[in-house]
Amino acid sequence: MQLTNRRKVVSNKEQSFAEKIYLPAIVKGMAITFSHLFKKAPTIDYPNKTRPMAPVYRGQHVLKRDENGAERCTACGMCAVACPAEAITMESGERKKGEEHLYREEKYATIYEINMLRCIFCGLCEEACPKEAIFLTDRLVDTDYERRDMVYGKDKLVEKIDQRIDVSKRQTPEVLEFKKIPGLRHNELYKKIK
Amino acid sequence: MLTFVIYKSILCVVVFGVSLGVAAYSTWWERKFAAFLQDRKGPSRAGPFGILQPLADGGKMFFKEEIIPNVSNKFLFVLGPSLFLLTALMTGVVIPWGKDLIIGGKAYPLQVTDINIGIIYVLGVTSVGVYGIMIGGWASNNKYSLLGAIRASSQMISYEIAMGLSIIALVITAGGTLSFREILEKQDAGISNVMYQPLGFLIFLICAFAETNRAPFDLSECETELIGGYNTEYSAFKLGAFMFAEYINMFISSAIMAGLYFGGYNFPFAHELYSAMGLQEGSVAISLIGFLVYFFKICLFISVFMWIRWTLPRFRYDQLMNLGWKVLIPLSLFNLVLTVVVEFFRGTIVF
Ligand code: SF4
Ligand code: SF4
Repeated sequence: MQLTNRRKVVSNKEQSFAEKIYLPAIVKGMAITFSHLFKKAPTIDYPNKTRPMAPVYRGQHVLKRDENGAERCTACGMCAVACPAEAITMESGERKKGEEHLYREEKYATIYEINMLRCIFCGLCEEACPKEAIFLTDRLVDTDYERRDMVYGKDKLVEKIDQRIDVSKRQTPEVLEFKKIPGLRHNELYKKIK
Repeated sequence: MLTFVIYKSILCVVVFGVSLGVAAYSTWWERKFAAFLQDRKGPSRAGPFGILQPLADGGKMFFKEEIIPNVSNKFLFVLGPSLFLLTALMTGVVIPWGKDLIIGGKAYPLQVTDINIGIIYVLGVTSVGVYGIMIGGWASNNKYSLLGAIRASSQMISYEIAMGLSIIALVITAGGTLSFREILEKQDAGISNVMYQPLGFLIFLICAFAETNRAPFDLSECETELIGGYNTEYSAFKLGAFMFAEYINMFISSAIMAGLYFGGYNFPFAHELYSAMGLQEGSVAISLIGFLVYFFKICLFISVFMWIRWTLPRFRYDQLMNLGWKVLIPLSLFNLVLTVVVEFFRGTIVF
């Protein structure tokens, strides 16, 4: 079976004189490299310039707070179930009296961790979340020296009260529409929980 | 007498400085040029266009830890790179960098010394340079270093023969002089020796690549087989000395090629240009222009070295030896015979 037409039949024939003295081949090679001298480098001067990003780019997650500054996540575990990479773990706790300004629901996540080395940034957690608590943003996940530092806890994931993170960029009409499609996994799961 | 000594000392220091400077900036240009050939940008962090990169590299070399292996012969271990660097720097003295500077009726040649066997001097000194590599590789007491050193020395010895033969042919065309200066003066009219010696030049060029251990003949330090060849065990500035010496060698052999075969500071229609610009023969400006032209040619040759390096893959060792002994030596002998016959009919040599 022939998959491409780039197949070349190798033969062991004697080299011709021109091939034996190498020079024509060398000159040809040098012409090729020389022609590259005038080609524009595709390099992007990274720290000075960044590549334009798609508006729906899926980068580092954020755990949102509501308009009063309380965490939206209720530790339902939908995101962890939806996650194909099994990157999310959490532990839930009960909200005490007087913590209403901190947590929106009666149950909240005491520990919420995403392993950024496992995450494939598919965005299924965002789709799965019934509380609109987790979103992927256009921020890049920084590199680090230690594996354990790549497991992001609530300290890195929950947005700061005074530094809200805009997640509306990703919520284009198409994305919002997509989230409503019945039969999507998160909608099914959501129905079951209800 | 005093002015003579002062003048020569200044010239020595300048040649020394220029050699080192060119070597340093060759490393920068090597990386830049390689990047251009590979559609990259090359060093761009240190200063504009990475101009300060060699300084950063040099600084790094100085502050690295000096390691001398326990089992090595310490004296020879240090001697190796020193000798290599020394011989590399010594060759620069016989090259005439420009026409004589005439200041106040006195001629100051832009050449440290004009020995009448300049070419043989260069060949001799560069072959002493092999000892640097051999000693360094041997004293490291490491089999990779030793193999690299053996390769380097056998390669240099083999290619020196063809190189010498091609130079003999050149000397015959140039009228039987071995002085650099006279060979350059002979090309004063702007017709360079490469017109008479195209084959000789090709042989010389190939041999120069082998002599300077540059790709495609850099098997003495090929990473894939020998880790680093003779400089495997070297670190810090001793490694720097090896690398520097290699770049100086490249600079000097470019200077030799540009001088012997491409007229050095002469160029076609030079005299017409000078008279059109209203410059007196023998004025300082002419020496300066000549020097710049020579320098430009040298830079071109250095770029050719790099161009080849980033084009061709490395030769296999047996291919290298075959090329040296079975192709280049017969070819240079043929070239020699051809030259003698042609020159005999032109009447430049008589028996
Ligand atoms: S983006 Fe995908 S892989 Fe990453 S945590 Fe969310 S569901 Fe898991
Ligand atoms: S699905 Fe939303 S609410 Fe549920 S645990 Fe995940 S982030 Fe919290």
